[in-house]
Amino acid sequence: MKTNKYLKVYSKFLHTSLASELEYKTNILIDLITAILSLIGSIFLLSIFFQNNSNIGGWRYEQALIIQGIYTILNGITNTWFNPNLTEIVKHIREGTLDFVLLKPIDSQFYISLKKITPSGFLEIMIGFCLLLYCIRINQINLNLSFLTLCFITLICSICILYSLWFFICTTTIWFVNTWNATEVLRSFLYIGRFPLNSFSFSLRIFFSVFIPIAFITTIPSEVFLGTSQVWRILIQVIVAMIFLFASRKFWLFALRFYSSASS
Amino acid sequence: MISKLIYRKIFTLLQVQYSNMLEYRIEIALWAISGIIPFFMLNIWTNNNLNESINMSDVMLSRYFFCAFFVRQFSVVWVVFSFEEDSLMGKISPFLIQPLNPFFRYFAQHLAEQITRFPFALIISFFFFILNPESIWIPNLKTLFLSIVTTFLSFLIQFLIQSIIACFCFWTEKASSIEKLLFIPTLFLSGLLAPVVSFPEYVKSWIYLTPFPYLIDFPANILSGNATNVSGGLSMQILWIIILYPVFKKLWSLGTKKYTAMGS
Repeated sequence: MKTNKYLKVYSKFLHTSLASELEYKTNILIDLITAILSLIGSIFLLSIFFQNNSNIGGWRYEQALIIQGIYTILNGITNTWFNPNLTEIVKHIREGTLDFVLLKPIDSQFYISLKKITPSGFLEIMIGFCLLLYCIRINQINLNLSFLTLCFITLICSICILYSLWFFICTTTIWFVNTWNATEVLRSFLYIGRFPLNSFSFSLRIFFSVFIPIAFITTIPSEVFLGTSQVWRILIQVIVAMIFLFASRKFWLFALRFYSSASS
Repeated sequence: MISKLIYRKIFTLLQVQYSNMLEYRIEIALWAISGIIPFFMLNIWTNNNLNESINMSDVMLSRYFFCAFFVRQFSVVWVVFSFEEDSLMGKISPFLIQPLNPFFRYFAQHLAEQITRFPFALIISFFFFILNPESIWIPNLKTLFLSIVTTFLSFLIQFLIQSIIACFCFWTEKASSIEKLLFIPTLFLSGLLAPVVSFPEYVKSWIYLTPFPYLIDFPANILSGNATNVSGGLSMQILWIIILYPVFKKLWSLGTKKYTAMGS
């Protein structure tokens, strides 16, 4: 009953935001070119790293490409869902329009996390999948059902962690009002997800797996692709993802208690 | 008399914008933090001994990336985003009536932001030097002066490019996506993520004709004491400014003729 209602509301969200986004058709084309260029740029950077080295942190060039593929998919998901919605939270809070969201007979987190959609991100996701398919060919990975389910699980976990990180940062807006720059910090940190975790020094590795689990987001799915991942790492990722989702939910409910609308 | 008037205008603009910026200290601090990508890159470079192939010692490389960070801090430009918002909201109209090109206002905003940012950049550099005490060095007055000049010229080039894109706001509603597109080559080719010397030959053959290496790589090389062609770089920077300025002028006069305030 309840899920039915949410599905219905979500299809309305999809309809309205697609309609408004498709008004800017050239914009979608420009976004597509941007996505392609940024992939070319990071492959160019990788090729500089591998110019005179055969491996970086134990990853060969073909293997490092998998990380790029997964990063591109996750970046596409960020651009499609997280970025347009969660930056909106900042606006809602600054202008006091969060009142209208809270008054609606629907879960506020659901509403602000899924209201909008940017279709140009889909193209980026597709580019990422194409790169992954290419990587599967050049790394001679054979596909089977258990491999695919593992990939699916780890990717879902990555998406959950990524979402929670974004949502965490945006929730802090309730206290600080103007934190769109904080999302900029997160974005620049996420950038290191383009590279294998082992290529960083030990202290940074600790930082990126304990404090900001960016390492979990791209490295573990890539290891699953290569078949080099251990079961305990996948388990840890699942646990981390669940903790993050749960914590972000609790944090949002906690933060709402401090929300005092604008100019009141 | 006239010079006094201009002087007073500049002084007032800067003063107003500086007090404006001081109100957003936390945001600017966060923004400064979001610029630390060069340090992560440095970590990859030194941790995998990638610099051996380009004949750059660890110390010189860490100085290079430190300077890249510093130059980037003082050449960040966001005029297109402000202008887009102002023109969509119709805030441009009162500015256009004033006997002062609105871009002076944005220019003063950027300068004021840089002054506000300076202490935060110093704090980040302080931490960097605590972690890497061997890379401390004191540039002499001449290099300091030269690097300030070249950084300012790099800022001017980026400001002009973005102002040109901002002028497209008169024709399209989403000019900032063009800026996002142009940011990709800036990111990968300016030397923020890898020094331009390390680029493969087929890129190096044409890259010095584009404005990109003069944005970060060139000033950073001067400041860090790495070898670079000072007079050649300076003249290229000035040449690009001479090319870009008339384009901006032309587009601005065409655009203001086209301008119709929102809702009219």
